[in-house]
Amino acid sequence: MPDTALEAVIGLEIHVQLSTRTKMFCGCELSFGDDPNVHTCPICLAHPGVLPVPNEEAIRYALKIGMALGCEIAPRSIFHRKNYFYPDNPKAYQISQYDIPICGAGKLGDIRITRAHLEEDAAKSIHLGDSGRIHGSGASLVDFNRGGTPLVEIVTEPDLRGAAEAAEWARLLRETVRQLGVSDVNMEEGSLRVDANVSVRPAGSTELGTKTELKNMNSFRFLQRGIEAELERQRELLGAGGTVEQETLHFDPASGELTSLRSKEEAHDYRYFPEPDLVAIAPTEALLAEARDSLPELPAARTARYEAELGLDEAQARLLAGDPEQAGYFEAVVAAVGEGAEPRVVANWVTGELTAALRASEDAERPEPGVLADLIGAVASKQVSHAGGKQVLAILVADRDADVAEVVEREGLAQMGGDDGELAGIVAAAIAGDPAAAEQIRSGNGKAIGAIVGAVMRETGGRADGGEVNRLIREQLGL
Amino acid sequence: MADLLDLTVAEAAAKIAAGEISADEYGAAWRAAAAGDELNAYLWTADGADALETDWNGDGESAPAGEGDATPYGSNAPAPAASGPLAGIPIAIKDIFTTQGIPTTAGSRILEGYRPPYTASAVRRLTAAGAHVLGKTNMDEFAMGSSNENSAYGPVLNPWDRGRVPGGSSGGSAAAVAGGLAPAALGTDTGGSIRQPASLCGIVGLKPTYGAISRFGMIAFASSLDQCGPFTRDVTDAALLLGVLQGKDPLDSTSVGIEGGIALPTREDLAGLRFGVPRELGEATLDAGVRAVFEATVARIEELGGQIVEITLPHAEHGISAYYVIAPAEASSNLARFDGVRYGLREAGDEDLIEMYERTRSEGFGAEVKRRIMLGTYALSSGYYDAYYGQAQKVRTRIAQDFDTAFAEVDFVITPTSPSVAFGLGAKTDDPLAMYLNDFFTVPMSLAGIPAIALPAGLAAPEDGGAGAPQLPVGFQIAAPAFAEQKLLDAAHALEGALGFAAAVGDALPWKGGARA
Amino acid sequence: MAVDAAGRGPPRIVPVIDREQVLHVARLSRLRLDDDEVETMAGELSGILEHVDRIRGLDLEGVEPTSHVVHLENVLRADVPWQSMPPAVALAAAPEPFDGAFRVPSPQADAD
Ligand SMILES: [Mg+2]
Ligand SMILES: [Zn+2]
Repeated sequence: MPDTALEAVIGLEIHVQLSTRTKMFCGCELSFGDDPNVHTCPICLAHPGVLPVPNEEAIRYALKIGMALGCEIAPRSIFHRKNYFYPDNPKAYQISQYDIPICGAGKLGDIRITRAHLEEDAAKSIHLGDSGRIHGSGASLVDFNRGGTPLVEIVTEPDLRGAAEAAEWARLLRETVRQLGVSDVNMEEGSLRVDANVSVRPAGSTELGTKTELKNMNSFRFLQRGIEAELERQRELLGAGGTVEQETLHFDPASGELTSLRSKEEAHDYRYFPEPDLVAIAPTEALLAEARDSLPELPAARTARYEAELGLDEAQARLLAGDPEQAGYFEAVVAAVGEGAEPRVVANWVTGELTAALRASEDAERPEPGVLADLIGAVASKQVSHAGGKQVLAILVADRDADVAEVVEREGLAQMGGDDGELAGIVAAAIAGDPAAAEQIRSGNGKAIGAIVGAVMRETGGRADGGEVNRLIREQLGL
Repeated sequence: MADLLDLTVAEAAAKIAAGEISADEYGAAWRAAAAGDELNAYLWTADGADALETDWNGDGESAPAGEGDATPYGSNAPAPAASGPLAGIPIAIKDIFTTQGIPTTAGSRILEGYRPPYTASAVRRLTAAGAHVLGKTNMDEFAMGSSNENSAYGPVLNPWDRGRVPGGSSGGSAAAVAGGLAPAALGTDTGGSIRQPASLCGIVGLKPTYGAISRFGMIAFASSLDQCGPFTRDVTDAALLLGVLQGKDPLDSTSVGIEGGIALPTREDLAGLRFGVPRELGEATLDAGVRAVFEATVARIEELGGQIVEITLPHAEHGISAYYVIAPAEASSNLARFDGVRYGLREAGDEDLIEMYERTRSEGFGAEVKRRIMLGTYALSSGYYDAYYGQAQKVRTRIAQDFDTAFAEVDFVITPTSPSVAFGLGAKTDDPLAMYLNDFFTVPMSLAGIPAIALPAGLAAPEDGGAGAPQLPVGFQIAAPAFAEQKLLDAAHALEGALGFAAAVGDALPWKGGARA
Repeated sequence: MAVDAAGRGPPRIVPVIDREQVLHVARLSRLRLDDDEVETMAGELSGILEHVDRIRGLDLEGVEPTSHVVHLENVLRADVPWQSMPPAVALAAAPEPFDGAFRVPSPQADAD
């Protein structure tokens, strides 16, 4: 029986492939899906005698990421060599950053960032199946096109407390980086790779348990499921009196199984030392200003602003902030509506009714912000019912030239009020048509009123004001 | 023809430019001389062996880098420019520099048969100035050694006495110039690998300031110490070559170049210049003959108006210790790329990956290279880093500070280049530490990154030679502050004139027929 | 020893590198040493380390380590593509080219 009193402690390590034109340390072009080894040169194949020169744009992108994550930018950072042998690591060392990364401590949402550093990506090995076997032993083919792609590695503190929270935060991070325009952040293609460090501990404890590392889950869903599976495994293990071993695990989403990637070799000893072929990075004031000025308003900041200034609830604010284009549209409608409606109501229209209307047809387009503002104003001032407003909107998204007042007029959607007696007559007919419901309402069953309201709405084609219909029913029943 | 080969590079270049001699004849004479190599100085020569077809961008043209080339490192093998300060001059290149389409081994079995897809920036600078690649010279494997006995392709013989070593690691380049097989050569110096063989072969060797010449295409031994430099018969030629070689290279982040370039030296006196003699020299172990030549040279400096000042380099005695941590540590990382995957040797059958790595590297590297890889890996490994690598880097800081302090009082620091004259083949191969101590006088300058030149200053009888052994050359080292190469060359030129080494040795000079005969 | 210019007093007693350490370092270096080589290497490395160990006793507290004598900063390259090598050139020196790629034996299966 897993011990659910054991609290989850999760930290993430995220590798972001930068979308520069060229590699981190040579001028070979970045590509995806080309023939093997067409984007290589003596440098990225690590021929004898070559030297690296860093890509200025990658430095800029790293600064933007660091600033977006609220990181302290190091006044002077250096590169280190991380030494290990592997066919996809042509120099047998990866140029990375170690004790002085370009971006230090920061925070995104409630999660603390430990650091964000620059490094280079490995090449791609493709394992040959049986067909490619050499004398019974397996073989791999190495393609160096990807080798040397600039990466920013983001490391969080172990602040996440559950699989769902981890996946949700990873989405926020992805959206944040995406809005910076510095990466494709595509998990399936590997331009965003999330590893999770997972451990558990007695709730309330401040000590850290032994962690395992979950590698390379290629979607947020798998990330969440992988962490869930590992948490369950650890809780069961500890519940049965066992201990967690520090190891690297691979999650297979198909089987839901975790397998150990630990090699039989001795524990890694990367023998980090300062890269003698490179000089320090000391971002100039100009470089910093340029990065700072190019930052868009990012999801976390926008969410906070919508909550504080526009009175949106958190879920609604986050939904809008996660899509900068939609958020921009929303802000334009709010401005056009002016005093005519609450921002909260505008947000509901934009994320609810409009999204649904757009989904109805491939050709559907957002109306001009002023046009949607007119409609929201008309509903708010009861010229059109809410249901009628939805019908108007269905026409607006199909016809960019349509005008709200004209559509309301043409479609006869002007809201029915109580003044002209027409609505009172329809209400009376509805009561007469459902005496059972009327009796229930009289005897105190408030819910039964829905049946009469529904009948009125059907009869009026949704043009009736719901509040007014309610009032008339009660009045006519003498309540 | 012998006349042609007696010219210095500067003389020959001037005569070629003036049309007094034919560049073709001059080049052919040197190719013939190189082809007659009996010193095992060359691993490849332009005469006989063809370069591989290297027009890999398919434009059918061979052009110097920068001229319509698709890449800054050059997609075509560079062809010598028709004009320039070195037009028509053939130069021997240490086999540590990559040369596109031309075998490049760094003296190692692991690169046997390897033809690089690009050419080193230093070699490109030479060809852009009109020079030709005369051949690739033998060397200690990956520049690790002080005797050239660590080459996978056999030792190089000293042209003064073929039973002795030429020094190392650039022994092939030194022997080629001293033995009349090349008018000048390119070498590299990490802890003394230009200055020590120059000294043992009786020629001029210059290690410039770290950063003066691009390292791009120089197969790395210890990246923070490696520096390229010329071997020449005289100081003027060293200046001529340095002027061509130096400069910032966009392909080497650590290259700086020398501001203002280098002019040919003309200075004849040393008036007003202060020469620092380290107090610690008094206690140093060195051959009596070497000490005598050093003292005589100091006297010459004073005759030329130079002032001798006692200085102190209190941390220099720890130079060897720091060096033999830093250099192997960097080397262990630099040599990890030789893994049998992309080029070079692969010892493989049907075994797994790790076996392939281990067999390839164990078969491909020689004993000294393995020793240094082991030493460096150990020094960087978990638990030892601070005690060895970290501490060595601090010693390095102290050594550099010692020089700074000294240069506040003097213009130059002078020492012998090597504690002895050329020693016998095999004399020190069983004692790696004794071999390492050959670099005692040259390592501190490497650690501090400052320029130093080795000049032939006289002859001495070898202490291991017995009665009647031939006299062998003794080198004199002058070190200067970073990027003070012009001043260094000017002073060296004045001293060289006063010493008159070549004139004094006369026909006994090996390049005047000895080895060439 | 032919030259002992650096000799200063008797060598201090230092822990020598043993067989196990030699084997560990050889594994990290991807070198395979036979038994004789391990023995020789242990002796030679110990001798060198004994000399090198003299610097361990120096008081260098607070001294900045020098990993570089060049004091440059921000030497960077513009993000402009250059021509890559044709695959034939990239693979020209490969010990085992295969289908435009570099073929290597696979690492042993990792499952414990
Ligand atoms: Mg990483
Ligand atoms: Zn490249």
